[in-house]
Amino acid sequence: MKKILIAILGIAVVGGGYYLYNQNQTAKMTAMKAMEAQKAAEAKEEAEKVAALAKTKACFIYIGPTGDFGWTYQHDQGRKQIEAELGDAVETAFLESVPESAEAQRPIENFARNGCDIIFTTSFNYMDPTNKAAKKHPNVKFEHATGFKRESDNVSTYSSKFYQGRYVQGQIAAKMSKTGVAGYIASFPIPEVVRGINAFILGAQSVNPDFKLKVVWVSTWFDPPKEADAAKALIDQGVDIITQHTDSTAAMQVASDRGIKAFGQASDMIKFGPKTQLTAIIDDWGPYYVERTKAVIDGTWKQSDTWRGMAEGNVVMAPFTNMPDDVAAMATKTTADITSGAVEPFTGPIMKQDGTVWLKAGEKSDIGTLLGMNFYVKGVDDKLPN
Amino acid sequence: MFGFSLDVWISIIISVCAASTPLLLAATGELIVERSGVLNLGVEGMMIMGAVAGFSAAQLSGSPYVGALIAVFAGAIFSLLFGFLTLTLVANQVATGLALTILGLGLSGMIGEGFVGQPGIKMLPIEIPLLSDIPIIGKILFGQDIIFYTSILLVFAVGWFLFKTKAGLQLRSVGDNHTSAHALGINVIKTRYLAVMFGGACAGLAGAHLSLVYVPQWVEGMTAGRGWIALALVVFSSWRPMRLLVGAYLFGAVTIAQFHVQALGIGIPAQFLTSLPYIATIIVLVIIARNRRMTMINTPASLGKSFVPDR
Amino acid sequence: MRLELIKRGNPSKTFSIFSPFIALLLTFVTGAIMFMLLGKNPITGLYTYFIEPLIDPWTREQILVKATPLILIAVGLAVCFRSSNWNIGAEGQYIIGGMFGAIIPVYFNEWDSPLVLPLVMMMGMIGGALYAYIPAILKSKFGTNEILTSLMLVYVAQQIVDWLVRGPWRNPAGMGFPGTKDFNESAILPSFYEFGDAHYGSVFALIAVILAWFFLSKTIKGFEINIIGETPRAAKFAGFDVKKMTIFAFLISGALAGLAGIAEVSGSVEKLDDKLSLGYGFTAIIVAFLGRLNPLGILAAGLILALTYIGGEGAQISLGISDRATRVFQGLLLFFVLACDTLIHYRFRWVKTVDNISGTKSGEGT
Repeated sequence: MKKILIAILGIAVVGGGYYLYNQNQTAKMTAMKAMEAQKAAEAKEEAEKVAALAKTKACFIYIGPTGDFGWTYQHDQGRKQIEAELGDAVETAFLESVPESAEAQRPIENFARNGCDIIFTTSFNYMDPTNKAAKKHPNVKFEHATGFKRESDNVSTYSSKFYQGRYVQGQIAAKMSKTGVAGYIASFPIPEVVRGINAFILGAQSVNPDFKLKVVWVSTWFDPPKEADAAKALIDQGVDIITQHTDSTAAMQVASDRGIKAFGQASDMIKFGPKTQLTAIIDDWGPYYVERTKAVIDGTWKQSDTWRGMAEGNVVMAPFTNMPDDVAAMATKTTADITSGAVEPFTGPIMKQDGTVWLKAGEKSDIGTLLGMNFYVKGVDDKLPN
Repeated sequence: MFGFSLDVWISIIISVCAASTPLLLAATGELIVERSGVLNLGVEGMMIMGAVAGFSAAQLSGSPYVGALIAVFAGAIFSLLFGFLTLTLVANQVATGLALTILGLGLSGMIGEGFVGQPGIKMLPIEIPLLSDIPIIGKILFGQDIIFYTSILLVFAVGWFLFKTKAGLQLRSVGDNHTSAHALGINVIKTRYLAVMFGGACAGLAGAHLSLVYVPQWVEGMTAGRGWIALALVVFSSWRPMRLLVGAYLFGAVTIAQFHVQALGIGIPAQFLTSLPYIATIIVLVIIARNRRMTMINTPASLGKSFVPDR
Repeated sequence: MRLELIKRGNPSKTFSIFSPFIALLLTFVTGAIMFMLLGKNPITGLYTYFIEPLIDPWTREQILVKATPLILIAVGLAVCFRSSNWNIGAEGQYIIGGMFGAIIPVYFNEWDSPLVLPLVMMMGMIGGALYAYIPAILKSKFGTNEILTSLMLVYVAQQIVDWLVRGPWRNPAGMGFPGTKDFNESAILPSFYEFGDAHYGSVFALIAVILAWFFLSKTIKGFEINIIGETPRAAKFAGFDVKKMTIFAFLISGALAGLAGIAEVSGSVEKLDDKLSLGYGFTAIIVAFLGRLNPLGILAAGLILALTYIGGEGAQISLGISDRATRVFQGLLLFFVLACDTLIHYRFRWVKTVDNISGTKSGEGT
């Protein structure tokens, strides 16, 4: 019995070996054929490269997936707009879900080395890697979103005045809320987020001076189950309107389940809450992206620091839905006033949370304080984490 | 308490149930796996595969129940990969489990690419007539979704199976001493294969709960470490199903409580609250480990050791 | 039919050399199938992943940068795993290493001296070792499961650093954004050349590999580790102190993870921020097993894994293959390595289910 087994094993090994050898031969053949195909493809690519030299290449580094229906989705819409408006003169490329910080430098440089003429890095923490890459590649233009460092001439920064939209949201919330308390799901206590919270409460107080705001920090930009937990907790605490500075649609879905209202963030989220979304702040990067890419084509690109809002079309409000006509009318008017400059959310009198005066009546905040905002105004029912 | 009304408390408890259910399910499965003497660290990977399979099947079929069923199968099939390597090929269980998690996270991302950003179909609660009308507990115990009911029934069923049936006794004997179990004529490998598949099925359903009930959408990596917590819970429970039930709900309660503490305006750093559940787990692990006698009785002695029949 | 294993009398020399290559080959084949399923040319795909990054000097440098922390951490893990101490929280030790190392640059930012850099590196190692000491002492004192405690501590470490860089350590001139002040020049681990990305962390990694190799294969302590890991009972009879070994292995592993952390902070980021945790501590576990817990093997494995990362990025740019494919690749590679390693100690044979020679009766079960 044993002998038979050994014999079988032997045959199996020999057979297996022959089979593997054969496989190997076939694989070699395939490989050779493929090499030829590869060469042909390379030749074609070479030809295309020559043609592409004439084209301007705009490249994008994204923090999330293009299908997040929030922040990254909107940037990608902007990229598509470049393709649509500038047509054959440009070529675009993107890398999604690029981790932040030092890890980002390699992909950025990879772009710079692969013929990109202008590179948009679309998250705050790409700031240092962008600047480092810019020093090494002086002929490539770099555009960093929401940052403040411009260490060499070929780096520009740009951002949007999202807080203008928050002010409108605050007014709507104060009109729509029955409990007089709204809930705010916040990500990280960075100035951009704090500014949003303050603008929201100022808007709400302009309608109802006693309006309250509860804030919950989730320490993430994107974690749907966690955002859902936060939304549930806020609702159980008695808020009946939810707004968020995180990127997923989870809170919208929870609000919709519990039958309360909510605001979309970064992108129109009406699909996730057809009966729930009041409006959403939509980031429209398209015009800026087209303008900057065009400047590269024309050779007129210059370093700049751009902070645009409603007036320039960077901040757009989604349709005012699920609210009575008078509220929608008020929101429309405020949007128009902010756009025209008649209303500026951070105009005095404004008191800080501790009751001290920040801005006297009629006084407007300077840009520096806004950019580095690290305090709450009166009416926020939370202690700012620091 | 805290000025919350009864209704609010009920709603908070329901939130706790939702946070606890996926943990309980995955941990129940892993408990059986470990009782059979196998340590599968791939819970996170099987869970995320369940989440993506469940979501995509629900989107394609239009029914979340079909989705949940597919998730169960997906989890079980995916766990077979682990079974084949560790049971048939006697590969290192720790490394294979980690590989399963890495593979699961990548593969689920690829499968789910086309489903990102789609609003899902939520599995709605099924209110059991009459019982759900009982004041207070009716809503909590009888007014929820089917996966919640399954998780509760399953943990009791597993308790009964382990300690009241012959098959359960055999499973435990395989976990305690696979050599003597083998000598007694129990098929060690087959028993372990079945246990591993059960673990996979449970983790799959846990994943489906995330993508069909918790937040009805597909998001890459949406399990966010819950599989690891399930693993910790099994140890926390010292391999006893009833303690597992308590542990899972304690953990769920802490998860929800951190947001209430914040919303009440109590000034504790958010980072501290976020790390609270993890610190709590470590403390509990230390406490149970200190109680030697209790741990010794329940710990499967062959845990993590490969079995090759001698001849 | 059923697959059965037969233990070899001696480990097969042939297979201990060839099994990693068989595993690589299997990964290539599966990878090719995957590319075809994604509608890409499999040869171009494999070429982009595994060959292209080796051609350009710039990408070669990037591979080195990426491999450095992986190798450093994995070498330490090898010491742990060989002695059956399952430290899977290296990510936490990496983070705390970065944090400890940042103490001097944060509190004595202006201090300019050649002493600073060595001190910073030492602090990083101490931080990692201290953090690894927690699961080690819990295991040896109370018998707590180290897999779970070390893992839980990863999440805690992330929160600690997050709190520091947003709170007490936040750069006052950073406009409220998270992150410490930029390190002073004297606290920065230099690159090999100006504007280079590869820094002296790679040298540390190489030294760690050589030392660990010498230690594990040429010293008595190394022998002790292998005995404890392979036959714990024999180790007890021999009078080896398993508890002391646990502490020792964790300290080594923690110190190396900590060094990797501070090398990354001081060599690449040049400040401490909230984005230090990128999963190197977990990927290093793959590297450790891929290199079969052998320091020299780990060196190769770290470079191969780094290659898949860099190649994966190239594939994303030029072929539009998403980064998830890279993770699938890594998972598959580890699976195949583990499966092929079985060949070293066992032979396979197919047995008919009714065959009674083996002495096992099938069909009975639960």
